[in-house]
Amino acid sequence: MDLAVLWAFLIAFAVVAYVILDGFDLGTGILFPLLGRHENRDVAMNSVAPIWDGNETWLILGGGGLFAVFPLAYAIIMPAIYAPIIAMLLGLIFRGVAFEYRFKTVRGRWMWDASFFLGSFVAAFCQGVALGALVQGIEVEGRAYAGGWWDWLTPFTMMTGVAVVVGYTLLGATWLVMKTEGEVHDLARRYAYFFGVSTLVAIAVVSAWMPFEQAEFYIRWFTLPQFFYVAWVPLLVALAAFSLFQALWSGKHHRPFLSALALFLLCFVGLGINFYPHIIPPDVTIWQAAAPESSLKFLLVGAAVLIPVILAYTAFAYWIFRGKVREGEGYH
Amino acid sequence: MFEGFDPVNLARFQFAFTVSFHIIFPAFTIGLASYLAVLEGLWLATGKPVYMDTFKYWVKIFAVSFGMGVVSGIVMSYQFGTNWSVFSDKTGPVLGPLMGYEVLSAFFLEAGFLGIMLFGQKRVGNGLHFFATLVVAVGTLFSAFWILSVNSWMHTPQGFSIAPYVPIETAPWVADTVASGTSVLPDAPTGGQFVPEDWWAIVFNPSFPYRFVHMVLAAYLTTAFVVGGVGAFHLLRNRYNQSARTMFSMALWMATIVAPIQIFAGDQHGLNTLEYQPAKLAAMEGHFETNVDGPMGLTIFGIPNMETAEVDYEVKLPYLGSLILTHSWDGEIKGLKEFPRDEWPNSTVVFWTFRVMVAIGFAMLGIGLWSLFKRFRGSLYDSEWLQRAMIAMSPAGFIAVLCGWVTTEMGRQPYTVYGLLRTAESHSPIGAPAVGASLVAFIIVYFLLFGAGTFYILRLMGKAPTPFEDETPHHPTRAAGITPAPSLEGRRAPDPAE
Repeated sequence: MDLAVLWAFLIAFAVVAYVILDGFDLGTGILFPLLGRHENRDVAMNSVAPIWDGNETWLILGGGGLFAVFPLAYAIIMPAIYAPIIAMLLGLIFRGVAFEYRFKTVRGRWMWDASFFLGSFVAAFCQGVALGALVQGIEVEGRAYAGGWWDWLTPFTMMTGVAVVVGYTLLGATWLVMKTEGEVHDLARRYAYFFGVSTLVAIAVVSAWMPFEQAEFYIRWFTLPQFFYVAWVPLLVALAAFSLFQALWSGKHHRPFLSALALFLLCFVGLGINFYPHIIPPDVTIWQAAAPESSLKFLLVGAAVLIPVILAYTAFAYWIFRGKVREGEGYH
Repeated sequence: MFEGFDPVNLARFQFAFTVSFHIIFPAFTIGLASYLAVLEGLWLATGKPVYMDTFKYWVKIFAVSFGMGVVSGIVMSYQFGTNWSVFSDKTGPVLGPLMGYEVLSAFFLEAGFLGIMLFGQKRVGNGLHFFATLVVAVGTLFSAFWILSVNSWMHTPQGFSIAPYVPIETAPWVADTVASGTSVLPDAPTGGQFVPEDWWAIVFNPSFPYRFVHMVLAAYLTTAFVVGGVGAFHLLRNRYNQSARTMFSMALWMATIVAPIQIFAGDQHGLNTLEYQPAKLAAMEGHFETNVDGPMGLTIFGIPNMETAEVDYEVKLPYLGSLILTHSWDGEIKGLKEFPRDEWPNSTVVFWTFRVMVAIGFAMLGIGLWSLFKRFRGSLYDSEWLQRAMIAMSPAGFIAVLCGWVTTEMGRQPYTVYGLLRTAESHSPIGAPAVGASLVAFIIVYFLLFGAGTFYILRLMGKAPTPFEDETPHHPTRAAGITPAPSLEGRRAPDPAE
């Protein structure tokens, strides 16, 4: 395996880590208006308050890593999805500040509730749009983006936007099932059913639609014998979905969340199958976009040493804040 | 909207606006993180509750400003790509890994331990909590290290070669890869990029050590004047508030000791600029003509006029320019006219931002010496004028930091990578309407949200620090003997937010 491929896997790892980690805390934000009493919202927010910052750092690693090891991809993708990226960044600001501001006021609390919900929703939707824009193809000329600045706005990207919102909300709901008890727990369990079904529908629609966006995707999924190499992905999706609903039905606390994570991982694997070996389909491969070898090597040393350490202390932080978050047990 | 505007200037303004807002928070939190670590360390070492009270007072303020720093920082990490894509493509191989190291060695460290520092005191022991605080402080310094290395390399680039430009469609190894179905790596890079050759030379580029020291000291001074200002504010209301005394005294020690060091570091940084970026230095001094006929004077007042290449209303002190810049009586300094006209930085602006920064530095030194005098007279907490001066100076650090950055960044123009890559050739293929729209959005959101944050921080600062800040005190086990009476154990300061 050469360095460019290794780095493609590392960046993919950072992105998937971001999606599932910030996924559940953005999802918690999207559920905010549906949680009833403000004490319930306190509990929901406190369940992610100590860890959201670390979760969002994976987004910086995804972006910063792309800049470092695939600078050409970074330079082409970011201008191509200019508007959704800016909107996502602004959304992340709205929700990020709410973690602190919300506990500084009583009269203005509704404002920061709204800010937390809207910021989470916009960030999730824009991430979906960005993904859709990448999937449907980006026009490249020389070493630059050559399309218009509304190219990202299509029915397909709106669909992927909705899919990511729904999926994150499922992650958030199952996270709350795991981390809370009483009223919030019961509410979250009910929402998990609804968003579980919605997520499956969204996965089905996007999966069926995607192969028609680019010829190469079609070949990988809808022709023989290619189909047999990839058929295990939809089979495992079905299994994860069964596990999710069975666990919700039988009152399990942890398994709904783990099943939802499995769904996300499988979707990500499916995307990877579409993309490889391209980083911007259909034009740019990972080797074309890769930085010179000295760059790949220099950062790889740090990544090899530091990523395991990061995973260890991140796990430690989750372990410190393990268990159920109780009402009135605010950290603030 | 924005059809008539130059997209490059709009993108520059957007970068300047977002980075200026962002730098305010790290400038404060780098210093505050270290201060919190010192407070908690002193508390563990001495067992004096006043240190924990002060810690708990400032940690709430730290949480709000750190959050604002994080979210405004994410914007920066994406803005290179969205608005400066040509720059990103060309410099990514050199600067990207440095930023990658910043994320891996600093951001994760801060984020991973921040939760424990802010919310975990009841869940972990005192030792581990102190460790978390220490790690967050070290993380902020790591972050400063890497990002200042990145910035410095753009000022004084070295340790690289420049690859030839071959369009990706025609690069030979690409065809081999596609044909063989397996990966064929290029023998040599072909993207017209900066290719790293010597990482040591890149990280420790000539201006980096100076810029790093200068910025970290600036962060410490900025924080010291905020902490001291808040202490002074509460001392004016109650001269015997122990926590306010601690803040005031510690902040003034910092000013006394660090302000002179900072002035020395700034002077050394200036000499480095003279060597590597003489045009910037000439612009900072409003120095248009080389002083071939004798010593250079120091212009203390004037308005550099970029049209006429003269300083209007000039007030000059003889010899001082040569003395400060070359450390000799008659050193010769190149004037702006030695450089091509299209490479002049805007002297009108950087002349003044530089002077404001220097004036604030000397004012800080003055406060430090004043407090030293009062301290030896034994009347540090009794001088209301010193307290009022400290309150007036509390935002001074932020102003100095912003002025310093404007000086160094505008002084680098018209280049993003000094002498090699022009700003006008660095930007993304994005039209003025798109950049203008995002700029307006940033301005509205930043003023709204960070304005609210500043309001909450000021309200926290307005509350007097009280013993047993926040809730039940947690004393280190070795200080068990001084546990307060049980009646105080459950005491909770009334909180207007509840």
